[in-house]
Amino acid sequence: MFVFTLRRLLLAIPTLLVISLVIYLLVDFAPGSPMSEIPLTVPPEVRQKMIAALGADQPVLVRYLLWLRQFFWVEPAYLIDGWFGTHLAGDEQRILSWQSRSPVFTIIGQRIPQTLTVVGTAYLVGALIAIPIGIYSAYRQYSWFDQLGTLFAMIGFSVPTFFTGTLFIIIFAVELGWFPTKYDTMLNVTDWSSFLTQLRQMTLPVMTLGLANAAAISRYMRSSMLDNLGQDYVRTARAKGEPERTVVLKHVLRNSLIPVVTVIALGIPSIFGGAIITENLFGVNGIGAALILAIHASDLPMVQTLTFIFAALIVLFNLIADILYGLLDPRIRYD
Amino acid sequence: MKFKTALLGAVAMAALGNVAWADRGTDGDLKITFPQAVSIMNPYLSNGTKDVYGSSLVLEPLAGIDDQGNLIPKLAVEIPTIENGGVSADMTSITWKLQPGLLWSDGTPVTADDAVFTAAYCMDPSGGCAQLSKYDGVKSVEALDASTIKVTFTGPKPYPYTAFVGALSPLLQKAQFAACQGAAAPTCTDANNMPIGTGPFKVTGFTVNDTVTFEANPNYRDPAKPAFATAMIKGGGDAESSARAVMQTGEFDYAWNTQIPPDSQKAMAEAGKGEFVVAFGTLVERLEMNMTDPSADLPEGERSTAKHPHPILSDVNVRKALSMAIDRAALVEVGYGAAGEPACNILPAPAAWSAGDTSCIAQDLEGAKKLLDEAGWVPGADGIREKDGRKLHILYQTTVNPVRQDFQALIKDWWTSIGVDVELKAVDPSVFFGGDAGSPDTFQKFYADVEMYANNSDAIDPEAYLAQYQCSHAPSPDNQWQGDNINRFCDPAYDSTYAELQKTTDVAKRQELAKKLDMMVTTDSKIVVPLVHRGTLSAHSNALGGVKINAWDSEMWNIADWYRVK
Repeated sequence: MFVFTLRRLLLAIPTLLVISLVIYLLVDFAPGSPMSEIPLTVPPEVRQKMIAALGADQPVLVRYLLWLRQFFWVEPAYLIDGWFGTHLAGDEQRILSWQSRSPVFTIIGQRIPQTLTVVGTAYLVGALIAIPIGIYSAYRQYSWFDQLGTLFAMIGFSVPTFFTGTLFIIIFAVELGWFPTKYDTMLNVTDWSSFLTQLRQMTLPVMTLGLANAAAISRYMRSSMLDNLGQDYVRTARAKGEPERTVVLKHVLRNSLIPVVTVIALGIPSIFGGAIITENLFGVNGIGAALILAIHASDLPMVQTLTFIFAALIVLFNLIADILYGLLDPRIRYD
Repeated sequence: MKFKTALLGAVAMAALGNVAWADRGTDGDLKITFPQAVSIMNPYLSNGTKDVYGSSLVLEPLAGIDDQGNLIPKLAVEIPTIENGGVSADMTSITWKLQPGLLWSDGTPVTADDAVFTAAYCMDPSGGCAQLSKYDGVKSVEALDASTIKVTFTGPKPYPYTAFVGALSPLLQKAQFAACQGAAAPTCTDANNMPIGTGPFKVTGFTVNDTVTFEANPNYRDPAKPAFATAMIKGGGDAESSARAVMQTGEFDYAWNTQIPPDSQKAMAEAGKGEFVVAFGTLVERLEMNMTDPSADLPEGERSTAKHPHPILSDVNVRKALSMAIDRAALVEVGYGAAGEPACNILPAPAAWSAGDTSCIAQDLEGAKKLLDEAGWVPGADGIREKDGRKLHILYQTTVNPVRQDFQALIKDWWTSIGVDVELKAVDPSVFFGGDAGSPDTFQKFYADVEMYANNSDAIDPEAYLAQYQCSHAPSPDNQWQGDNINRFCDPAYDSTYAELQKTTDVAKRQELAKKLDMMVTTDSKIVVPLVHRGTLSAHSNALGGVKINAWDSEMWNIADWYRVK
């Protein structure tokens, strides 16, 4: 297992380098330019100077190599300086966003907590709702509960979040006035009342995202349970006289969870990726909102850095899912 | 007993406070929302209106512009003019006097050196200053004494109120930005995000592209203002959600740029929690006519250049007929509602500078048909007009935008009804305005016959704005397609009238010339076919008082006077 992990980690290095180059070229060749953000009232020669000050007029290869150096050397050096008070980075230029002129990693640092709180909670809530629904739906296949669960999953799958989100806003915020529509990112949770405020402002985005997440996971859980319920070992357990509760929740559930756990693990990078539409809709300043804003503004350093981090996370969680699979299922060995 | 008296006193005081003008910081928190979040608080490094407006709470110029378009002193004692001796008789210099006792929010005094530094900061060639054009023609900026600033121009400057005037050109604190000049400008993240200013508020927190928080500036020059103790600008989402947060849920006090469809405007206004306000500046949605041939049959490098005049649109009667066929009032109703008015000029406001033409407003389909008939464009077998074997076919492009696509569909209908064959095209705005010389779809290259977008003058005096229709401003392969005369319009009469405007110093005469230039490209020649005079639609809640929407300066120009309605 250790050799396997090591081999996979080493293989990840060239993979990620190739990914970073491909992303860089794709983003660079995509139509659009940071110039499109500058109003028409600015004369062309001033525009040229602004673009030159960003460094956006350099050849693409020069900019890519500079980015590599900044990402793998300057930024980690800054991080270490921040922790230990050293001066490794010196006066080196950090990766700066073209749009805001702030260091990209500062922006990511500001935004990751919001994304993890909202999107992470939604993922957790989704999983917690989905697993019991999946179990019971499979156990009572074609019952009214199963039909209802299927309907719920169909809605979660097929109705896009920009629709459910807006619907929730109109019902719960505009008509009933229970929840706010805009997320206050400056809110500090210090006591019970601010905690309640935080809960209230999280409710709508979490509901919107949780519905979509729960729909997907409950389907996986249900089909995995159905696969196992028909197995011989289930009949054996029942023949031994095990109570039904033990049969379902101990024998069947454990075995059914294996594929579901991998699905959940593979979904974790998408938490870091944020939820572009939902974050925008509710004004949660997460990573997803930052990415879409940067894409609109053709803010290449920001788009490049974010997409590359997502790529790295996906590679990492793929590996974690593989290792988890091996740990959960003793029949699977990689050596 | 004593306690009771004190308590009664306090109650009486509180009651008085409600009636009389509130003191500084007595009205609690002011919540503002922008559909695009503030990215940076230094307007010299960003042209985004969101950034300029955000920074206008903190940074102030020497003079601003009020809601009627008049200059008003901010940090200056008065507006320098020739009459009061502030502007030299030959118009080559302007001398500003700072108000006595001005302090930055950190308590240090504001001096003329700060202005000298600000000019040097923006005029530094490696700084990439976004407001460089505000310092156009500035030869030197010097401090005559601690409170006197003299700006000298390279030649006579009939409109000297560019540098240090308006939210685009505020004063920076020298002490804070001294190390941030030139190439170092973008690296000063802390200074750029939390500048020290003289305005009614100071920044207390900043998260990029999300929220800016403020508190009342303890050193603001009017001790009774601002009424609000704290303020915040939350950005993100879209116009619809911003409008909703003010007009329907009441979470916010003010929302800038709530440009939503007319039917939504009506529905939200009915909720009764706030009202929409519109600022009409000079923004005009217009059709631009290509005077050169964009045909793909021409070799690359000759398409859309002065070498080949446009085979159809060179005929002024065609351009006139296309304009006559449009029902501008219907466009306003469909696209903008309260935030639009039909327009026939590229300078629709302020009244003193606008020709105020209304001749284009009434739609005249029959007249358009007659004009085309007379010009020799007669319907062929398929109903499409033709002349000398050439079909009246028009490629009409604009950016991807729901309102613009509605406009395209409507205008196509009208044009089809007078026998014009119309092909529509929509380009992503980041490509259209991106200015990439390698892309065929930029608005400068104009590989189409007609294109639609909006443009405006960023100053009340339109000299800089009217410069664009001169011959020499045409984009072409020789200048990497940089230039703003995208029609490649070339009329010696326009150029000579413009040269006259540049030399004229008398304001009334300048206004006459500006109107003449405007009419030359619009009504007289239909090189530009204005459609809609667009305003900025903003919303404020009924609990917020003192809002005076302003199209000429920051919408928050008088935020010091805003108060809570109780």
